[in-house]
Amino acid sequence: MDSALIPKGVKRCPLWQFLLFIGAAGIVLLWGVYAMLLCWFKGLNQTNMNDYYGFALWIWADLAVIAVGGGAFFTGLLRYIFGKDALKNIINYAVLIGFICYSSALLILAIDIGQPLRGWFIFWHANVHSMLTEVAFCLSCYFGVLTIEYIPLILENRQIDKVPFFHHLGHNMHEIMAVFAATGAFLSFFHQGSLGGVAGVLYGRPFAYREGIFIWPWTFFLFTWSAAACGPCFTILVTKITEKITRKKLVKDNAIELLAKISGWMILTYTMAKAYDTWHWFTATAPSKGFTLMDFYSNNPLYGIWVLVVEIGICGLIPALILITDKGRKTSVTLWIAVILAVVGVCLNRWVMVLQVMAVPVMTFDRWVLYIPSWQEVATTILPVAYGIILIAISYRYLPVFPNEAELNPIESMDGEETEVESRVELEQELKPAEA
Amino acid sequence: MFPFNFEWIWDMGHAVFMGGLWYALTILGIGMTYCIIKAAIDASKENGEHHH
Repeated sequence: MDSALIPKGVKRCPLWQFLLFIGAAGIVLLWGVYAMLLCWFKGLNQTNMNDYYGFALWIWADLAVIAVGGGAFFTGLLRYIFGKDALKNIINYAVLIGFICYSSALLILAIDIGQPLRGWFIFWHANVHSMLTEVAFCLSCYFGVLTIEYIPLILENRQIDKVPFFHHLGHNMHEIMAVFAATGAFLSFFHQGSLGGVAGVLYGRPFAYREGIFIWPWTFFLFTWSAAACGPCFTILVTKITEKITRKKLVKDNAIELLAKISGWMILTYTMAKAYDTWHWFTATAPSKGFTLMDFYSNNPLYGIWVLVVEIGICGLIPALILITDKGRKTSVTLWIAVILAVVGVCLNRWVMVLQVMAVPVMTFDRWVLYIPSWQEVATTILPVAYGIILIAISYRYLPVFPNEAELNPIESMDGEETEVESRVELEQELKPAEA
Repeated sequence: MFPFNFEWIWDMGHAVFMGGLWYALTILGIGMTYCIIKAAIDASKENGEHHH
């Protein structure tokens, strides 16, 4: 029924199966939307935020999706600015994942401000002394960049591409994509950094506070570094999951391996920098404020020293060592382990820098206060996942997201039913765009 | 926010923040305008060739 819209030379599941899948994800999406509407119409009392926790669960989710979405800007930088041509086979998917992550981040912010109709205030009545203003500016602009990078992919849909104006528009956008990619890298550097900077400048919170250069604490650079390091791992992880679900090889090994290798070296250097930063913090910064290391990791049921060991050792050093070795990258099991650990590591880092910062007591009369999110927070945090799954499914079905898919999965080798589908595609491809 | 708004102050903070925002938006705007206009010209040329 929709075969005229499906890219040429590839096979897709029957429409009913696709709609069933979308319907299942749609139910979760609707649950999230319901919780979101509760937050908008009834207010932020739907959350468990209190005087200790001014950030709800979704702020962690916000920082986490921005970090893992960093794969888009870094892959774009490598592809368009540093000329790593092998990445052309995965750049579309990196952009799509980045688009989902950043649109989710903006959606979460729209929920968090409680009054989305006043979202434009941050642009018009900007507080130029706030790092979060910089985050809002760069985040919005970078979402614009990702939209611009995603549009040519939409325009490559078989039916849309038949319209001369759209065909040329997509072609022209590809031609100057390096300009957009460079702008995206510039914007990403600053908003990723400023998210870390927000924690680093909290001089009243010795767990987060760091020294730095000029106005930028070290956390500014560590956040950008970790996003560039672990973002590509998320891109690889989602690609591998997609390959498992579709039971197809979608991206050539050379693209995955190159991205994994660069990511591995980035994670290794980041982990070393993070380890040095942590060592300096607990030997110099925290003592200067009257704290010792164990003040931040004891007398509470959740935040033990294990958090630090897991974040830097297990989720930092191990994936780095796997990815920088040729054998580690080429072995499927170790590659899976490495990318999962790297993604968990960066998410754990954001958790620590958002929630543990607020959990640690800073006054003599303070106590550890652990945070239990409300179901509305959980639902709105899961909402972007359902939205992402739906957008990936639609894009995969109707857009040429993976340029090598037809080559890697020749349609001739498939059974009779699939050949029938393809022949139907051939017949229906002559549909005019309006009819499609 | 623009320099003619009452909240505007001529200081480094406003110049860097708002300057950066408008700089990025200008690049994106000019880039997209170029692509759209060139696509319209290319499409009309193609149409003209088909008619001839």
